[in-house]
Amino acid sequence: MTELEQAGTHPQSGGQEKYYLRFSREQRYMHAVLFTTFLGLAATGLPIRFSESFWARKFASSVGGFGAILFFHKLCAVVLTIAFLFHVKDVFKRAFMNREKGIFWGPTSMVANWKDAKDLFGHFRWFLGLGPKPKFDRYAYWEKFDYWAVFWGMVVIGFSGYAMWFAPFFAHFLPGWALNAVLVIHSEEGLLAILFIFSIHFVNTHLRPDSFPMDMVIFTGVESEEEFKHKRPLEYERNSKRGELEKKVSTAPPDWLVKLSRVVGFTAIFIGLTLLVLTLTAYFD
Amino acid sequence: MNQAAWKHATSSIRGLALAVGLGGVALAPWALRAQNCLACHGDASMTDSNGHSIAVDGKKFGGSIHGHLHCTNCHADIKGYPHPDKMAPVDCKTCHADEASQLSASVHSDGKEHPCTSCHGNAHEIYPKTDPRSAVYPLNVPKTCGQCHSNNGMARKHGLPSIYPNYIDSIHGFALTQEGLLVAANCQSCHGSHHILSRTDPQSPTYKTNIPATCGKCHAKIEMEYNAGIHGQAIAKGNLKAPVCTDCHTAHAILQPTESQFRMQSTPICGNCHKDKYSTYRDTFHSQLGSLGGYVETARCWDCHRAHDVRPASDPASPINPANLIATCRQCHADANASFVRYQPHANARDRKLNPGLYFVRLFMNLLLISVLTFFLLHTILWVVRSRLNQMNNSPRRAANGGKHD
Repeated sequence: MTELEQAGTHPQSGGQEKYYLRFSREQRYMHAVLFTTFLGLAATGLPIRFSESFWARKFASSVGGFGAILFFHKLCAVVLTIAFLFHVKDVFKRAFMNREKGIFWGPTSMVANWKDAKDLFGHFRWFLGLGPKPKFDRYAYWEKFDYWAVFWGMVVIGFSGYAMWFAPFFAHFLPGWALNAVLVIHSEEGLLAILFIFSIHFVNTHLRPDSFPMDMVIFTGVESEEEFKHKRPLEYERNSKRGELEKKVSTAPPDWLVKLSRVVGFTAIFIGLTLLVLTLTAYFD
Repeated sequence: MNQAAWKHATSSIRGLALAVGLGGVALAPWALRAQNCLACHGDASMTDSNGHSIAVDGKKFGGSIHGHLHCTNCHADIKGYPHPDKMAPVDCKTCHADEASQLSASVHSDGKEHPCTSCHGNAHEIYPKTDPRSAVYPLNVPKTCGQCHSNNGMARKHGLPSIYPNYIDSIHGFALTQEGLLVAANCQSCHGSHHILSRTDPQSPTYKTNIPATCGKCHAKIEMEYNAGIHGQAIAKGNLKAPVCTDCHTAHAILQPTESQFRMQSTPICGNCHKDKYSTYRDTFHSQLGSLGGYVETARCWDCHRAHDVRPASDPASPINPANLIATCRQCHADANASFVRYQPHANARDRKLNPGLYFVRLFMNLLLISVLTFFLLHTILWVVRSRLNQMNNSPRRAANGGKHD
């Protein structure tokens, strides 16, 4: 049985099962903005990166040529930049204004800690059948890697992109060769992000047997008790010990949201996998 | 009777009268008068024993450039009537000796395939080349040459390249056929007419080193610029590797240089010789942008180096001389400044000595890409295999204990 069925309307467990809120509305919207603009950036960036491949010129001419492609690329970039700055502002507000604990350290933080190293090691041992499966907390080590890869990627790709966009301005304080380097950085880091998200993130989060074909929690925000316990045993235990579990109790996601999530999610995965195949054909051409 | 027809008729009559007069005076008493010949040959259905038409349209002949001549001036072996069935072919060189000798030295010297009439048309209806009815009137020349130099039988028989379709779609062909521009280059503007030589013949106007002068007959300013540039100087020194007009513009399918198709196709042409520069150009945003189409203004070779007056960077008159770089970049980048032009349009990220900064940036980025992907691909593959194995091992139990996971 897949967790998609669990999260949705499974006949056996649908009615009685408890649901817990794991991602806030803001977090889900952030993910939606992130993957929409990322798909847009990838779809408009790849034809530029592989402009001599058979599909690039066809794609470009079908949407109105290079001018149109660069316009959409910059549009997505600006939207993503705003989302990024909003996120940074939000982190600072929660950490320094609201004095929220656990932002920079502890089980609910995105910052890597010793347990992540042990989990990574333990996970490999479990892969090879040498030990038990590690128990994961709110954010597992691969999720933290995803987060920081995106964070670093946005800084690097964003900076190099703006340096090209406003080259005469950036030229005032960058050395001459840096204007050449920003294209190399932008395209290589972009390529890494695309290859990583469309192969590794897709499989780790959505397509692996435990979650196949899609982990709905980032779309619906809620997770069934069984799935929560199975995937995040430590978070479940911690919350239930502190008596905070009841605060997170939610209802099953409405049918329309599950259906919408499926359509949106599968579309995103389909576009991503298509771009991945095109990238690989161009790369090994 | 309208005016044109009237004019035609009068000129025919005048021609006939002249012919009669000449015959009467100079060629008497044996010369036969045209109207005597036309008594038989004026019948439009007249054929010889092989079935070939031997009819002559007296009116048209009278109006042609040869209308003042007697039939026997050309058909000289006819001494009286009746004349024999078999007659010697007419030899145009009796009068046109210069043209005939030029022709015999040309690529068209094979007289059987190329009697004068192949180009000048019906022997009895030849007009001066300034007459729109002439087969060699400028607007008619491409069609006339195209009878053989197209994709038809004659071209195929002799393995000739198909020229006519290329020419007719070119900027010259367009100007000629669509605009009727008499000064637009037609075949003979470049190749000459009777003395056409192979382009491998150093005497030919289409021989490589003669091409700039040939095109310069019309494009005088471009020729001057070209001759001042490094390519023109190399050609003048006899370096046949240097490009001439046709290497970039092609000989017949010449496009308007601002047209996107021309801009798209021409960068690789420079790259045929400048391989390293083309390779490094292809690494740049200029190239990525340029090869996508729809944005043809993007910088290509000649936008920075100029098309005709190409000069090395060391030349103060070169657009890529350091003193001129800001002005050159500002053609597109309006706010280009001194630091902006330190960008290297031909930087080589694979060359550690030439571009060390760029080399190490690329190396770092590649190592990052390869190591991250390798590690996580391994991680993901093992994970998927392990999860699937556990699922398969647990599936009978799972059904029993309510679908619990591994």
